[in-house]
Amino acid sequence: MKYFTRLRVRRVYKWRGAPLSFNRKLKTCEYGSLDISVEGLPRITVIKTGEHILIEGDDEDNPYVAKVIRLFGDENGKQKKAVVQWFVRVSEVPLSKLKLLGREPHPQEIFYYQGRSCDDEVDAESILRTVEVKHLDGAAPFPDSDDRGTLYVKLSWDSKTFKAVESEPAPASSCSPPPCPKPSLPPSPPCSPPAAAPASRGPARRALPTPDLAVMRRAATGEVRYCRATMSAGNAATAEAESMHSVTKRSASKCLSAKRRGISARTPGIRKKLELSSPEKKSMISEDLMSQLLDEELKSEVMLAQRLSLSPPQAVPLKHSLTPLRKNHRAPTAQGSFPLKPSAVVLNKMSLSEMNGSPSSARLDSTSPQQGDDEMEAGLPADSVGTPRRRNCTPRRQYLTRGQKATTPSQKWEPKTLKEPALGMLAEADNETSPMLPVIATPRSSKRKSAQLVSSRIRKQLNLLENQQDLNSDGEEEDEFVLSKKELQSSSDDDDEEEEAGLDSDEEVVVKKGRNAAAATSKQRTRSLTRTPRKTPKKKITPGTPRTPCRATPSIPSRSRPARLPANVLEEARTRLHVSSVPESLPCREQEFQDIYSFVESKIVDGTGGCMYISGVPGTGKTATVHEVMRCLQHAADVDEIPPFHFIEINGMKMTDPHQAYVQVLQKLTGQKSTADHAAALLEKRFSNPAPRKETTVLLVDELDLLWTRKQNVMYNLFDWPTRRHARLVVLTIANTMDLPERIMINRVASRLGLTRMSFQPYSFKQLQQIIMSRLNKVKAFEEDALQLVSRKVAALSGDARRCLDICRRATEICEHSSADSHSTGLVGMSHVMEALNEMFSSAYITAIKCASVQEQLFLRAVIAEFRRLGLEEATFQQVFVQHQALCRVEGLQPASVSEGLAVCQRLGACRLLLLEPSRLGVLQRVRLNVSQDDVLYALKAD
Amino acid sequence: MSKRKSKDAHLPVGECITQLQEILRKRLCHQQLPDRPEGVEAQHKHLLELLKRTAVHGESNSVLIVGPRGAGKTMLLKCVLRDLLEETEAQTNLLQVHLNGLLQTNDRIALQEITRQLHLENVVGDKVFGSFAENLAFLLEALKKGDRSSSRPVLFVLDEFDLFAHHKNQTLLYNLLDVSQSAQAPIAVVGTTCRLDVLELLEKRVKSRFSHRQIHLLNNPTFTQYLERVQTQLSLSDDFPDNKFSRDWNASIETLCEDKSVAEVLQRHFNSSKDFRSMHMLLMLCLSRVSAAKPAIRPADLLEASKMCFADAKANMLHGLSILELCLIIAMKHLNDVYEGEPFNLQMVHNEFKKFLQRKSNSMYNFEQPVIMKAFEHLQQLEMIRPVDSSVVKTQREYRLMRLMLDHSQVMEALQKYPQCPTDVKQWAMSAFG
Repeated sequence: MKYFTRLRVRRVYKWRGAPLSFNRKLKTCEYGSLDISVEGLPRITVIKTGEHILIEGDDEDNPYVAKVIRLFGDENGKQKKAVVQWFVRVSEVPLSKLKLLGREPHPQEIFYYQGRSCDDEVDAESILRTVEVKHLDGAAPFPDSDDRGTLYVKLSWDSKTFKAVESEPAPASSCSPPPCPKPSLPPSPPCSPPAAAPASRGPARRALPTPDLAVMRRAATGEVRYCRATMSAGNAATAEAESMHSVTKRSASKCLSAKRRGISARTPGIRKKLELSSPEKKSMISEDLMSQLLDEELKSEVMLAQRLSLSPPQAVPLKHSLTPLRKNHRAPTAQGSFPLKPSAVVLNKMSLSEMNGSPSSARLDSTSPQQGDDEMEAGLPADSVGTPRRRNCTPRRQYLTRGQKATTPSQKWEPKTLKEPALGMLAEADNETSPMLPVIATPRSSKRKSAQLVSSRIRKQLNLLENQQDLNSDGEEEDEFVLSKKELQSSSDDDDEEEEAGLDSDEEVVVKKGRNAAAATSKQRTRSLTRTPRKTPKKKITPGTPRTPCRATPSIPSRSRPARLPANVLEEARTRLHVSSVPESLPCREQEFQDIYSFVESKIVDGTGGCMYISGVPGTGKTATVHEVMRCLQHAADVDEIPPFHFIEINGMKMTDPHQAYVQVLQKLTGQKSTADHAAALLEKRFSNPAPRKETTVLLVDELDLLWTRKQNVMYNLFDWPTRRHARLVVLTIANTMDLPERIMINRVASRLGLTRMSFQPYSFKQLQQIIMSRLNKVKAFEEDALQLVSRKVAALSGDARRCLDICRRATEICEHSSADSHSTGLVGMSHVMEALNEMFSSAYITAIKCASVQEQLFLRAVIAEFRRLGLEEATFQQVFVQHQALCRVEGLQPASVSEGLAVCQRLGACRLLLLEPSRLGVLQRVRLNVSQDDVLYALKAD
Repeated sequence: MSKRKSKDAHLPVGECITQLQEILRKRLCHQQLPDRPEGVEAQHKHLLELLKRTAVHGESNSVLIVGPRGAGKTMLLKCVLRDLLEETEAQTNLLQVHLNGLLQTNDRIALQEITRQLHLENVVGDKVFGSFAENLAFLLEALKKGDRSSSRPVLFVLDEFDLFAHHKNQTLLYNLLDVSQSAQAPIAVVGTTCRLDVLELLEKRVKSRFSHRQIHLLNNPTFTQYLERVQTQLSLSDDFPDNKFSRDWNASIETLCEDKSVAEVLQRHFNSSKDFRSMHMLLMLCLSRVSAAKPAIRPADLLEASKMCFADAKANMLHGLSILELCLIIAMKHLNDVYEGEPFNLQMVHNEFKKFLQRKSNSMYNFEQPVIMKAFEHLQQLEMIRPVDSSVVKTQREYRLMRLMLDHSQVMEALQKYPQCPTDVKQWAMSAFG
């Protein structure tokens, strides 16, 4: 995907037109649009708020995608900033999480980003150009267009899970009335989003049955919550969530938004007035309605419903929507996004026709941005974004999205009203907030576990339904089923959920008339299914799209017969003692664990970077401890105690060349494959650019010494990146020698590695004993003394826990064999352990000499004799052979020929009892002993 | 026994001999597995248990089989595998990968071979055989995906294990042993090597990951066992089609083994080397002498075969040299005596040779310098002599320093047997001084 060809062009950024407003406090001017011209080219690209843009990122091929929410600069026009809503590319989602998607991501797919960890204020000069982004419905297939420049949004991504996009952010701002006196209104909500929706959809579409009741509901109950949630979106959708951790530094704009929030919360009264003053008729109406809802406490639902339905100027579509109303009466929960649909539809229609009296403009593509005044411009891009999406939707999905969309306005509407006072008359403020809205909704809903649970359940059932349909109808197979979560979360209790599901399917049947008869039956099925007991919600039915062979990841085939489980105590002990079994905790490394944990945790919390060097002889638990730390941190991140981070691991031994480290890091970070050089460049860029949306990356470099190169550039880079300001990289390195930095690193590398060092001491015998005990975990298989013997022996030799475990395992085997024929206790005793120790540690040289043939033994004797004669520890074969022949005569054996002697010599050499020169030297090759002379003599004497 | 009539009731002698040779050759050359491992029962049991645990319980293991050449390491392993695969549970589960350090000389080739033997290359088409780095990542990922209970266990047999330790960074060994020590796909790594010091070859990290199980095959058969082995190797089993022939043959073998001279020959072989492979070689030579006309192995055959086995290769080569070349060798031998093994060059050899000629005043051996040069070069090609430093070609050929690659005993032996060797040359060789 090449998005821009001339990388080195110089772009000139200019504000278009006069500032829309000026913020005294921050000394910033808001602008409506930004001109980007490339030097030497006449063409000028205009970036307006609400448009989707590409922002320079660390990967030139895949620049960041975002949507402009606000453009502002400082007084003297030196700095140009933009507040954006991010979208995440497939490549930016961690590979591990990509699995959650449950399907192959489309190469041009992007996700609406709801994460909390990235700054949404970017330098306007990093904007490259606009890009077309289409919102697709969850189930809609990706269009097969060849247009590589178009990106598709289906889901949102909050760094943990994928969710359906709550609402289309774009349209919200589209008709938000820029000219209106209170531009700060975020999204003059209800009217705008719809504008796009109906345009493309045929009139045949039936309006939603579930009407606006929920709006009122929500208005009554969920107000405050919403406001707060939405407000935070003002500048950063994430601000609120982040505030919990308050680790990252706030951008000025964020502070502002927080302030606004506070003020607005206190002055709710102003809302109405301001709304009323909005010039646009449709928006006025809707706002009016909303404000009424806000201000009044819960009124009779019917009343409201009527009002709602009546409010829009075009009542025609509403008629349809009203029909199923009865059902919705019971949908009481506040956030019912679902029930909102009809109103949205209505509004859509309305806005279509009425929008500034220029309905045609609503359908214009973003490619014609100039037309219209500022107000229009604000809306247009959103429209254009919205429209294509519609086209791609399958009927049913459309319906759903429509519903979602409908919710947004109502949500948006709150923040808007709340904000007004603080923001004053900022013309573009609405744009700034509007796209954020969906973001807001999610965190809230996600908090509601029960709702989620239910929704996922229903989703699953719907999946089933969908699958069934797919079975029935060949044509629909591509129709991937990803339900918008929002819809499902709309109600909190089961009954409602069922109700809705039923509705849903009802609707579906109607909408999908053309599909097949099976759909009709499916309706009932859904119903019944909804009542089935809860199932684990995690499971998602993945569509049966065949995987492309090139991406297939191989695995060892699974066994046809299950592995047998340990049958007796000894087998059980053996299983537990295997090095591979992961213990619940790592005994004896508490201090080290704590140190590493606090180091990494502090770095993650601070959002900074750092290096740590961990050394220790093999088998002292270095890697295990780090993994344990990571498990704990990951857990902490999962429960939101610390910001999320990204853990990747490379091992110097598991790569073929030090430079492969770049490739592996890049691949684990982004999933990209590239050559080492390219990967190095990409990583360099990634870690040095102030990319705003970035989680802390924790990189574990195992077997560091193997990354050594002559110029040490791999090590240099690994240690240099964490020092970069924007890198947010924590590097943990592991190697065996304590003084590795001093020994093999040149100064500039060692300096960057820093002095955060940790040394893992070899285990003492007590620790080893404790390790075995904790592994055995009360399985009584060893005698106390036996354990002590093993641990003392190993501690004396190496302190390698692996060795210790291996010996114990071997001892259990020996015990098992011996107990079979004798009367033993069944416990592993001293004798077994001794035997195991002997097997593992004794050298076989002496036995080998004893077992050698006569000629071989004679030759060894001859070697020693020759050594004594020469007074050297080395002789040529010729010299030894003379001795050999003499010895043969002494022994009364027929003297061997030279060939035979050489063969004997070679055999001894192959066992490494002798050290030989290459055999092509023949009789001239030199011979040395690989064993001490005493050992040889001892072995020969004992014979 | 030679009186035995060729009129056989069942099969003509020729047919019997053909069948006999076929059976015995299979036994001697194809390393047919014995029904029971002899002398290594304990090791057999140990290894079988170990591999069974991998196959059945999914426990990862690593083990080295160490023993001198011809000790039966591969035989043991093959026996174990044969026995293991008799169990259906193991048979259906176990995947095998056989690597040989002599074939897979670097990790790249080894990885490709592993991928091929695991049939993983089908999964990704030709993608596997991309770069070495990709291969490694691919394989590691494949192994990482598995876990103890669900994936099929893989048996990695690394023949000539020590050669793998010479690969760069020991990447393959590290990764295999690391898998065997971590909760990934269950694998058993079985290495066979004849080096007793193999553990010292392993890098410390690799060594730590190796389980340190070693099965030593240092069997020490007595001569009686050796003799029995000879007999069983040559005996025909009962299912030979012609009963009479097989009975006769077995009887002949029995008498053969009781023969004094035969025992002597075998004792000499036994003294030289206890491994069975050299014995098989000897028996093969005997077997090839069996024909329809001579349907039994006689002690003389064994003696001949033994002679052939012990024949000195270099001494045999000397028999084919010309007189001039032989004279040069003798001159070199004298030079070696005089200068105690110091290297010599062509000029020195020529001078030595000239001294011999002057004494004889016989023009029979008067050769031009170029002819001598040619003979000298021929000797070098035969590797009877080799230059001291092979790299330097700067010096003139006449003055390049050389060493004799023969032992004196070899020269003398060759002279004894050289057909029609002139007596003066013989005397010159015998004389203590040049």
